[in-house]
Amino acid sequence: MLVAVMALLVCCALLTALSGIPGLYLRAGGGRAAAWLMGAGALAGLAAAALVLAGAGPAAQVLSHTPLGSPGYLRLDPIGAFFLVPVAVLPACGAVFGVGYWGEGHEGARTLRLLYGLTTGFLVVLVAAAHALTFLLAWEGMAVAGFVLVMAEDRDPATRRAGWVYLAATHTGTLCLFAAFGLAAGPGGLFGAGAGGFLFTPAAPGLAATSRGALTFLLFLVGFGFKAGIFPLHFWLPPAHGAAPSHVSSIMSGVVIKMGILGLVRLVALVPDPPLWWGALLVVLGALSGLLGVAFALAQHDLKRLLAYHSIENIGIILLGLGLGTLGKASGHPVLALLGFAGALLHVLNHSLFKGLLFLGAGSVVHATGSRDLERLGGLGHTMPFTAAAFLAGSWAICGLPPLNGFVSEWLIYLAAFQGLAFLHPGWSVLALAALAMIGALAAACFAKVYGVVFQGRARSPEAARAAEVSLAMRAPMGVLACACIGLGAAPLLVAPALARAAAALAGTSEPLALGGIAHLWVLSALALPLAALAVLLWAWSRRRGAHTTGQPTWDCGYAADCPRAQYTASSFADSLVGSLRYVLWPRERRPKLRALFPGPRGYRSHVPDPVLERAAEPGFDLAARGLGVLRFLQGGHLALYLLYILVTLVVLFLWMVA
Amino acid sequence: MCEPALARIPQVLVHVLTALLLPPLLPGLINKVKALVAGRQGPPVLQLYYDLAKLARKQAVISRATTWVFLAGPAAVAAAALVASLLVPFGHAPAPVHFEGDMILFAYLFGLARFATVLAALDTGSSFEGMGAAREVTFSVLAEPALFLGFAALAKVSGSLSLSGMLALGGPSLFRATGPLILVLAGWITVYLAENARIPVDDPNTHLELTMIHEVMVLDHSGRPLALALYGASLKLLVLGALIVGPLLPRTGRPWADWAAFYGAMALLAAGVGVVECITARLRLNRVPQFLVAGLLATAFAFFLLQA
Repeated sequence: MLVAVMALLVCCALLTALSGIPGLYLRAGGGRAAAWLMGAGALAGLAAAALVLAGAGPAAQVLSHTPLGSPGYLRLDPIGAFFLVPVAVLPACGAVFGVGYWGEGHEGARTLRLLYGLTTGFLVVLVAAAHALTFLLAWEGMAVAGFVLVMAEDRDPATRRAGWVYLAATHTGTLCLFAAFGLAAGPGGLFGAGAGGFLFTPAAPGLAATSRGALTFLLFLVGFGFKAGIFPLHFWLPPAHGAAPSHVSSIMSGVVIKMGILGLVRLVALVPDPPLWWGALLVVLGALSGLLGVAFALAQHDLKRLLAYHSIENIGIILLGLGLGTLGKASGHPVLALLGFAGALLHVLNHSLFKGLLFLGAGSVVHATGSRDLERLGGLGHTMPFTAAAFLAGSWAICGLPPLNGFVSEWLIYLAAFQGLAFLHPGWSVLALAALAMIGALAAACFAKVYGVVFQGRARSPEAARAAEVSLAMRAPMGVLACACIGLGAAPLLVAPALARAAAALAGTSEPLALGGIAHLWVLSALALPLAALAVLLWAWSRRRGAHTTGQPTWDCGYAADCPRAQYTASSFADSLVGSLRYVLWPRERRPKLRALFPGPRGYRSHVPDPVLERAAEPGFDLAARGLGVLRFLQGGHLALYLLYILVTLVVLFLWMVA
Repeated sequence: MCEPALARIPQVLVHVLTALLLPPLLPGLINKVKALVAGRQGPPVLQLYYDLAKLARKQAVISRATTWVFLAGPAAVAAAALVASLLVPFGHAPAPVHFEGDMILFAYLFGLARFATVLAALDTGSSFEGMGAAREVTFSVLAEPALFLGFAALAKVSGSLSLSGMLALGGPSLFRATGPLILVLAGWITVYLAENARIPVDDPNTHLELTMIHEVMVLDHSGRPLALALYGASLKLLVLGALIVGPLLPRTGRPWADWAAFYGAMALLAAGVGVVECITARLRLNRVPQFLVAGLLATAFAFFLLQA
């Protein structure tokens, strides 16, 4: 059984990693071949995950021949298996979508497919990596392959810039991880001395509370935080996810940033006694990321950038759950730990499903209209009904509204926060509750804006008016993901045993507590049914044939000269909220001043820059570049000069050794 | 959770009938009180029942700019409010459905109703309705945390994570937590007025005014969809009202007396809303967030009082 799990996992990794190869030699149909291979790999991965989550026990495999001489080590435990599910599903959906979205006609289609497959392969290895070296190799492979994916349209200067910012950020994060793994190994380190220090083995009690343990945790937090996009380390994320092709954005937002969460989850799982402040810090960072992520999302005009900011928000929600769970683990309350961890893990899965869906929907919109500017879209619900319905399902889920899957995971995190009222300092619970409630309301505002402006009303530009529904290859993956969102929301009990097993592994409790017994998941299903039935009944009643006439223009209090350009825009919809949040968002606006009675044409412009990227990171780097300019004379450009430097260095080292 | 007791059947039956039939009475009561205070005779108390019956027979006019969402919106509102009505206790007895964490579902069902209303409004492509929708979502950002902080305070006092438990504060805990309870209720009343689009946040009587919120969102609805929207709004008055009167009701142990107390309290609440509408003016739009922040702070202070 365990051999089968490992065989399936390796199959999954190889099939996905090599999925782009046939396309290199085929004249046409490379996209289809890649999609089939990715699909087969996904099935193998899902089978492996299902076996482990059904209780087959963790499967392990030592890879004796790795390039750097150290043994590679793969181990698929319940946590890894849980993360393997989105890693298997979403890239396969994206590959099918890519057949229609990024066909042979696109330049670089082959490279993109090759790297897309490779990224997925590295992701599969990463979720099962149980050794620091294997982990870092897969991590870097994923990051570098991701860089090429982001740079797919590198003729656009904005894309090039986004790619370089991404590369710098991800490598800074990796650098922190090197330091953290180094600190964790060795005598006094979290994971002990000797060769075993690089294996992911449970830490001895008491080590996490030392100052070295604290430093290790902080370094891991920064390293993984860069990847996950925790505020304020998120700044690379919106430009990169906006610039990448949509099916690439979908896996980057859906699964790649979750690898940062995976790292934190592994850390919390391995430490039996995390200090309270770990959990508290995670809760605070979660509230910050969640609130600021959604606030900045609200102010965006670019559909894909907006979705990228929502990824930061959802990472915040996941961190809230993870933090509450860690608080529970630290204070010895298994129910609290279970609820928090289960909510966080389920939200990882849910977010990858609905965010993948939303990015694919955004890709369809871009494909059909050629624009991702919200102000130029509109009325697509008439011409692209399928995409509209799928996007609505995704929006519904991401707002956490019942009865879709986003509600279930947020509900678990809410429950954890309410449980925490009794056990913890109530400040953490209140912070989590208020943040979650506010995030929920802001997310609903933001997605009402997106759906309303893109799919409802009437077209605001000729491109939007000419849009047509996308091909079946692009619709099918959206349909699958939408069904998954609805299914998980209506019947969360189906995943409860698997979720409980993964959460128990994280909480460090020996026997899995029955999640269904603690959280009344079945009631949610039982209430989803009458809700849906009532809504459909009332809808049918109100649209009964003969009960209405259609074909009239919008009444709008009798305003006759209606024109699509006079519709409410995304900016106007968000204006009052952006206005009240201006102390946080610092919008740059140019409002026209109307003086005369019959003013001529006036322009209005607003832009909300990213506070970290455009106000801290870029000016900082500019300053550093200018300051370090004085050292430029060292780069003379003569070979002799460089040889001299080498000689001087050697002499200095020699003297130092002698002395 | 639900003890299979035959004894609960009449209780559940009365609860469901109340949720189905009572709501349209409340706007009628509010309008009657407003008319009486202003020295007018006013429309009959049953006016909304007549309106709904009339609208159910009328043809709806549907704009060509709309999609299926336009009709699905009011249906979703009514459905969500009806399901939410099963979760909240009407006075003494536990609600028909109660479980740990039902208050979260309760709040999010109203979130669902709001989302559906807003999308149905935006579906018409009218900037007028867009304004109403934008205001609705803006104010909800402050109302939601106030609701949840109130839940947190009551959960802390009662030790229960279910609406039926936390609203049924027994004698000792009621005495211990009188101050916080008053603050929570004060905060919830601001939420009540905002969520139900009453003065001083919104004026349900205005038409064609640029500062409307709820009325403008249902501007293009007519016939049956409008009937559903109006019914859903009145149901919201009842269900959120039950949240406010719940902790204050006496528990006599005699079902008929408890039900009478509940109906009386709801009538009083409606009368109170009517009186508020008579003696206050609507706030300027940019003042509304301050009103809601006051509500939010009240619930937050309730929590701090509990800690002290």
